[in-house]
Amino acid sequence: MNQELILILTISNLLIPLVSFLILIFFGKRLPRGGDVIGTSLLFAMLASALTVMLSKLIIFPDEVIQVSFKWLTFGNVPFIGQLDLHLGMVVDNLSAIMVVVVAIVSALVHLFSIGYMKDDIRYSRYFAYLGFFTFSMMIIVITNNFFTMYVGWELVGISSYLLIGHWFEKKSASDAAIKAFIVNRIGDLGMFAGVMIIFFTFRTFSFDAIFSAIASGQIPMGSETWLTAAGILIFCGAIGKSAQFPLHVWLPDAMEGPTPVSALIHAATMVAAGVYLVARVFVMFTADTLMFISYIGAITAFVAATIAITQNDIKKVLAYSTISQLGYMIMGLGVGAYTAGFFHLLTHAMFKAGLFLGSGSVIYGMHHALHHQHDHHTDPQDIRNMGGLKKKMPVTFWTFLIYTLAISGVPLTSGFLSKDSILAGTLAYGNLTGHFLIPVIGFLVAGLTAFYMFRVVIITFFGEHKDKHRFELIHESPAVMTIPLIVFAVLSFFAFYSFNPFDATAGWIYQLLPRPESVVPMAMQAASIEIFGEAFHHAHYPAMFLSLAVAGLGILLAFATYYWKKINADAIANRFSGVHKFLLNKWYFDELYGFVFVAGTHAVTRIMRWFDNNIIDGLVNNTGSWTVAFTLGYKEQWKERTLSSSVYMTVAILTSVLVGIFSSSALWPEASGFFNYIGAIAGGVIAGLLTLFGFWVGAGGFDKYVVDGMVNGVAYLSGFFGLVFRKFQTGRVQTYLIFAMFGFMILYFVFRTF
Amino acid sequence: MSLIDILFYFFATIAVVSASIVVFSRNIIYSAFSLLFTFFAVAGLYVLLNADFLAITQLLIYVGGILVLMLFGVMLTHKVVSVDMKTGTLKILPAALITSMIAGTLIGIFTVTDWRVAPLQTGDPIPTAKGIGEMFMTTWLLPFEVASVILLIALIGAAIIARREKEAK
Amino acid sequence: MLQIGLTHYLVLSAILFSLGILGVVTRRNAILVLMGIELILNAANINFIAFSRYGTLNLDGHMAAIFVIVLAAAEAAIALAIVLNIYKTFHTVNVDEINKLKE
Repeated sequence: MNQELILILTISNLLIPLVSFLILIFFGKRLPRGGDVIGTSLLFAMLASALTVMLSKLIIFPDEVIQVSFKWLTFGNVPFIGQLDLHLGMVVDNLSAIMVVVVAIVSALVHLFSIGYMKDDIRYSRYFAYLGFFTFSMMIIVITNNFFTMYVGWELVGISSYLLIGHWFEKKSASDAAIKAFIVNRIGDLGMFAGVMIIFFTFRTFSFDAIFSAIASGQIPMGSETWLTAAGILIFCGAIGKSAQFPLHVWLPDAMEGPTPVSALIHAATMVAAGVYLVARVFVMFTADTLMFISYIGAITAFVAATIAITQNDIKKVLAYSTISQLGYMIMGLGVGAYTAGFFHLLTHAMFKAGLFLGSGSVIYGMHHALHHQHDHHTDPQDIRNMGGLKKKMPVTFWTFLIYTLAISGVPLTSGFLSKDSILAGTLAYGNLTGHFLIPVIGFLVAGLTAFYMFRVVIITFFGEHKDKHRFELIHESPAVMTIPLIVFAVLSFFAFYSFNPFDATAGWIYQLLPRPESVVPMAMQAASIEIFGEAFHHAHYPAMFLSLAVAGLGILLAFATYYWKKINADAIANRFSGVHKFLLNKWYFDELYGFVFVAGTHAVTRIMRWFDNNIIDGLVNNTGSWTVAFTLGYKEQWKERTLSSSVYMTVAILTSVLVGIFSSSALWPEASGFFNYIGAIAGGVIAGLLTLFGFWVGAGGFDKYVVDGMVNGVAYLSGFFGLVFRKFQTGRVQTYLIFAMFGFMILYFVFRTF
Repeated sequence: MSLIDILFYFFATIAVVSASIVVFSRNIIYSAFSLLFTFFAVAGLYVLLNADFLAITQLLIYVGGILVLMLFGVMLTHKVVSVDMKTGTLKILPAALITSMIAGTLIGIFTVTDWRVAPLQTGDPIPTAKGIGEMFMTTWLLPFEVASVILLIALIGAAIIARREKEAK
Repeated sequence: MLQIGLTHYLVLSAILFSLGILGVVTRRNAILVLMGIELILNAANINFIAFSRYGTLNLDGHMAAIFVIVLAAAEAAIALAIVLNIYKTFHTVNVDEINKLKE
């Protein structure tokens, strides 16, 4: 296995999903079974190739960066800049090699799961085509080595997400959710675009390597450190949008209107991880300030989403908020400098969260079919209050779901424990180093909340008694194509795949192969260096582990006490703190706030504009019209109507006349004194004023009647005369015109000839 | 008088005589067929001017394409067997007067002007097809592409215009 | 008699050009008008090639001539389509009788 082969395999990873998309979108309807077998087997081929890439990259070339790029555009010698070429290319380093496998594994298993879940869907093959297209777009983001194609992939991912959320576009809520996701993402992308433009404006290149080495050699935007921080934050805005971070997290819960496997693929495991991946990719160019901003955004997101998740009753909404919360975790981990931990959590989270979504899909599928049999179209199949006792009916779903829940709650022996523990240790170390203790506090609080709300879902859904006996009889386990992915993800949620020591992630291969890269920003702006942070991290490891175990245990215990043993009455607490409960149930009123600030704000601004337009602008225009009329017709004509404008006109006329009179008499005021001189001056002023007033009295009408009309009539008469003469030449035959043209050409030649 | 000169006068005579027939003949079929001879003569002149590729193109496109198209036009718009084939002319006298003035002017310009003439290359003429091909792909690439688009548009446009009466029904 | 040179070709093209103009101007039949246009274009082409051969135009003249041929082909196709259409509408192809827009 050499490097060329790895590159070829990576390119094939990029192209296989595209091929799947092209086949299915053009021939899907004509293929047997809508072509799902083709799509799925192509994705499994991609998974095999991705695994080959990852293993060979990690085992044979663990320390090398395999990179290829080509000159895409040559602008030549651009004024003020010099030679400007744009290079595009791809990179296979440890980060992208691992990410490729994450994308491939989730995508392949979601394809498999969808065969069962989407059976009998009206747009079955198109659904699979879009899945392939999404995977292709995601691969662009993963293997690119420059901001340009990263942005292209970013937008392609956005559009495929839009298409998949709106897959059932007959439903108003689904199409609304798709539009919302698209627009909210666009806000973040605008920030990213601005950030990339700052970078490009400074370094004249999009390539990560070239940018990083330029920063390392001391070149920073506008020569100002603030600009570097601003560029970092703006680029991070892209991640805020895609990874559904506060304050742009509002689209992700709505995106659950899409089919559940899509939620697993896009809105849990891969697309939302793109933001985290972006942060990891450009991690080295973030200054300490940027990183602090990132970690606070992550912490706020984690906390807000976790509190909302407690009160939600829709199983997918809970999972959606849990996803936002966990993404906040990853971002927070990266922000505090626990680079490996943040990315590690992305990896483990992708597995168990995809599993959780697929598990919820399996539950919804079972509920939906039971309700369908009963001809019950009013009960919501996604509401956990309508479930209960499903443990007996859906054993595979239950056990796998339980494993994922243990993983996300951070119970030892699971992958989630390892990664979450690392992040928490990182936040604790960060708190120790910088004094920002709010971040670790939020981190541990959210860990407890996560354990609580996840077990709440598990207990309400799978334990207890089902409300409707008849319906309960009808529920049965999902088919094998749906349970096999669940089992695979459950297996992948065990610690052994990531580290052989179940209590120490740093011993695992992730930490060996993906150490935190050396920052390239100027020394004064760097966050805590790797050595200092590593030391603090090491010290924080055991306290963090015990603390996280304690809060997770507490959360689980509370969940059991509340919902299983019913020692604590949840409704009573909710009633007691009804304000808080309502606040959380309504998702902190984010949608209402945005609706109020942006939508209603825009409406208010437009109302003001409309008033201004109607009264000031139109008033000006209309009155100008009537004053002009007054001026042209004169007061004599206007007086007949006795309108407001005519009185205004007369007032103006009198004032102007008086002023003209005063000015003329002052101009005539004599140098030498003498009675008749004064009399003459005053008389001259009075005459000038009266003349002006008379002018206003008859208006411009008189002038118009004789001078202007006379000119116009004269011109018309002349035109008529010449028209009579020249109409002889207008025969209406093109051929005659041609002769005239040639004749004219000849005359011109003889006029201008030089010999 | 060399062979080349004789050939030139031969072709020139054919061109002028057949062009006159095109213009003055009262029978449109005669006009069309003498146009064929004009094109042939012009192609021969191209050969004399070392423009081998262009001569072939002239034969292929004018004789093989445009002229056939014209004949189709004639056939489709005239009742071939009737006397309608005779076509009239418009005020020929003033037109002929002005046209002969134009011709005189042009010939005057052409003979009086001192043209910038490059030294005549001697020896065997070089085939032009290779050079033309290279220029199409380099200096003249954009006009070449535009010309292809124009041809496509003309093709589609002609088809649409000629079929329009069907829609009216 | 002079040796055959640039001027001979130019004079020939001038004659062809004038004949073309005469055809365009005097003939009533639209197809004959088209033939006149083809004559004019051919005259122009002879000029191009003559300057390529004797002048300093080199192969550029050939290129121009080829584009003229291309445009002539396109023009002939479109014009004949229009003529056919006119014939169907007015049952004549005489240009002086098609004057619906004039009155």
